[in-house]
Amino acid sequence: MNVLSAIGETLVLIGAFFYVLSALGLIRMPDVYNRMQTATKSATLGSLGVLTGVGLWAVGDGLSWAWLTKSIVIALFLLLTNPIAAHALIRAAYKSGIPLWEGSVVDKYREHIEAKEKASEGGGEE
Amino acid sequence: MEEASKVSRYLYTAIVLFLIWLFLTASLDPQELAIGAVMSIVVAAFSYELFTTRGLGNLHPRRVAYAIAYIPYFLWAMIMANLDVAYRVLHPKRPINPGIVECKTVLETGAGKLALANSITLTPGTITLDIDGDKYFIHWIDVKDSSVEGASQNITRPFEKFLKVIFG
Repeated sequence: MNVLSAIGETLVLIGAFFYVLSALGLIRMPDVYNRMQTATKSATLGSLGVLTGVGLWAVGDGLSWAWLTKSIVIALFLLLTNPIAAHALIRAAYKSGIPLWEGSVVDKYREHIEAKEKASEGGGEE
Repeated sequence: MEEASKVSRYLYTAIVLFLIWLFLTASLDPQELAIGAVMSIVVAAFSYELFTTRGLGNLHPRRVAYAIAYIPYFLWAMIMANLDVAYRVLHPKRPINPGIVECKTVLETGAGKLALANSITLTPGTITLDIDGDKYFIHWIDVKDSSVEGASQNITRPFEKFLKVIFG
């Protein structure tokens, strides 16, 4: 047991805590959009914490530094791909007509689409 | 935006691939380095046209410095926003105020817009729903200001000052 493993274990714990929070958010939030917020987001910090934590923990336990560099590369690729999946999911949800929660305050995207449709119907401005 | 020369783009791709190889193997053994260099050169030949339009221009010291400074800045913003969303999930009254707002960006290149959209999506509480030209449509879990200017000030401005330098 040394400092590096202690930091690694703490990071893994924090990551696991954020996984729990994101699962809880899935149940508590009212509509698909707010569920996406908690599901994708907490999962990001959770995964970051667990991955870097595992890397540091392994180095602290006397394994090679390759553990840390590899887990950092995995975290990096996760950071690059996770938001694209989230974006694709939420856009698909919107395009398939799932309504926003009734407590939502504003929907600029609908206004934008309607303005665009009007412009193309009225002879088009493009 | 004009494209850099083929050689510059090719070299940049090979350098990035070799750096990833270094991280994945985490070894300075000459055999590993040699096979890594050969593989980077071969793979770069197939992929450089898709990988970059600006080539070695990406390695300008100012850009690299801003990119390195962006990492802790972004991580800090992400952690803060994560705690904010965690608070909203745990609070018994579920204090959310969601909506879709519109933001305008000053970024011009495709790579910059992608990086901004990804940063917004990774920051808890905001997801990029769609992009049309310089308009971003963002689902925001706590709408503080629904005007275009106010939303941009809150969501996109903090990232843009870095991304403007890194990607242009």
